[in-house]
Amino acid sequence: MNLPEHSSVASSYDCVVAVDVSRQFGKKKVLDEISLTVKRGEIFGLLGPSGSGKTTLVRLVTGLDIPDGGSITLLGEPMPKLNVLSRIGYMAQSDALYGELTAQENLEFFSTLYGLRGNSLKKRIQEVAELVKLSDDLKKPVQQYSGGMKRRLSLAVALMHEPEVLVLDEPTVGIDPVLRKSVWNELDNLRRGGVTILVTTHVMDEADKCDRLAMLRDGKVIALGTPEQLKADSHSATMEDAFITYGGGVA
Amino acid sequence: MRIRALAFRIIRQFIKDKRTLALMLLAPLLVLTLMKLVFDGQAVDPRIGTVQIPGPVIEALQSNGADVTPFDNEEQALAQMGDAELDAVFMLNDTLPQIVLEGSNPTKIRNVMAVAQKSLQKLGGNGDPPQLELSYLHGSGDRDIFDYYGSVLVGFFSFFFVFLIAGVSFLRERTTGTLQRLLATPLRRWEVVAGYLLGFGLFTLLQASLIAWYATSVLGIALEGSFFLVLLMNLLLALAALTLGTLLSAYAQNEFQMFQFIPLIIVPQIFFCGLIDLQSMPEWLQTVGKALPLYYGADALRGIMLRGAGWNDIWVDSIVLVGFSVLFAILNVLALRKHRRI
Ligand SMILES: Nc1ncnc2c1ncn2[C@@H]1O[C@H](COP(=O)(O)OP(=O)(O)OP(=O)(O)O)[C@@H](O)[C@H]1O
Ligand SMILES: [Mg+2]
Repeated sequence: MNLPEHSSVASSYDCVVAVDVSRQFGKKKVLDEISLTVKRGEIFGLLGPSGSGKTTLVRLVTGLDIPDGGSITLLGEPMPKLNVLSRIGYMAQSDALYGELTAQENLEFFSTLYGLRGNSLKKRIQEVAELVKLSDDLKKPVQQYSGGMKRRLSLAVALMHEPEVLVLDEPTVGIDPVLRKSVWNELDNLRRGGVTILVTTHVMDEADKCDRLAMLRDGKVIALGTPEQLKADSHSATMEDAFITYGGGVA
Repeated sequence: MRIRALAFRIIRQFIKDKRTLALMLLAPLLVLTLMKLVFDGQAVDPRIGTVQIPGPVIEALQSNGADVTPFDNEEQALAQMGDAELDAVFMLNDTLPQIVLEGSNPTKIRNVMAVAQKSLQKLGGNGDPPQLELSYLHGSGDRDIFDYYGSVLVGFFSFFFVFLIAGVSFLRERTTGTLQRLLATPLRRWEVVAGYLLGFGLFTLLQASLIAWYATSVLGIALEGSFFLVLLMNLLLALAALTLGTLLSAYAQNEFQMFQFIPLIIVPQIFFCGLIDLQSMPEWLQTVGKALPLYYGADALRGIMLRGAGWNDIWVDSIVLVGFSVLFAILNVLALRKHRRI
């Protein structure tokens, strides 16, 4: 296809389009007219200090919350929309797992909601468990999991149905550096397979691994671009310095 | 498919949570048994003193379960009663029988009167042998207080435990974030509610059968009508409790707040479900009772168990209960809008 960059048709390249999105809890404006676009097949990072509104934005994208102003489209559809929900994999900031059930049972349950079943389900569980390095612990009740293991299981749940879009809210919190590296390698592989990934983080070296980044502070996008652009524009050597320069670091 | 997955998951969780399973299935049996012991305990044989009462009357009293102590004179007997050793004294005032009651315990008064009436009736016929035909509208005169309360309690326990357990598990679904996670999948809101109905429905069926069987077969609560109808009413009550519990859990922030619904929602239903005679209540209060599910369940259960009511007598109650469940379920689907618009 030969499409002009900025025409309306270009939206078929866009996975998430947020236009002037605002969200307010009581009197507190948590998101203030945020506009950004996540292109298909990229890893897009949301970077920002605690309380800057990352989770709030992500929940708007997945349709779990409705913006007070502006609009959000995901895969060309205004959210929330059921058939779009089946094409995304969501990992919430806090693990939403059934503690009494084993990891395998958790995976089975969530996957059947997406229509997986039978042998392909069993095979997929093995594959995904391998990816997040939980193959040996599948039969354990999740109550007995460590924090990092739960995190990885949540990621596995999000990956099970091979979604086109992954929305991950701080996926690597509590995961040790070695596993974290392997998780990011996996995200990289998925991206190469055409999956779009929207990920929130406050870890700077993870921000470096994103294709593009939006820096959030007090509900506003204070910077947006590739890590290299952001560093160059702020004359910083590291993401950390760039973040501080943009006013994100010091409260 | 998705509903089944949800129901299957609930069942799996239940089976792993042995304690809750036991609470739901065994606690009602335990409490019913305790109730039976308590009520039967109250029906202890009345202790009756007699003063110059002829032998046949004493025998009649004894055969009706009284613990009879003959006295020679009135003063002795009354003194004994003053020490709370007797519940009543029978004597002859000229030729007319007279009863003096201890009178501090209403249950005992009832017991004494029952025994006395039965005995005197038996002797009243001056034919030889002194036989008076006794006839009862329902049962054969062996109904005790527990039959009456038991028939209602059978339904109440289905209601109470299902309300709590369903409410708390739906609440936990919300507080642990799994509800949000479910709503991030293509699961529809009504499918969430339906999944809960199906998953819990199976356990409530199990529970209802167990309670109904235990109450009638083991505890021996009177059952005039069909066991199947008792089961049906219990199940309908449990479904109303299930939908009400899950609905109200939307208005609780934690388990403790869920328990706060017990005095607000559960206890008033006990008052209105017929354990206390409704006729003595003011009109408007009776109307309040009719807005509560347990009223209908108890009404039908009493009918089936004590009067042998059939489907013709209870279909209205059944339909009202189904209506409650449908209403609560719909409200529940709407309440879930708070978490996802569609
Ligand atoms: N349901 C809510 N009701 C009221 N305030 C809320 C609600 N959700 C979020 N907030 C507020 O919105 C602000 C942003 O919260 P959010 O969870 O989006 O931050 P975050 O960037 O994800 O932070 P963190 O990095 O700590 O996860 C916070 O001040 C928070 O108190
Ligand atoms: Mg967050």
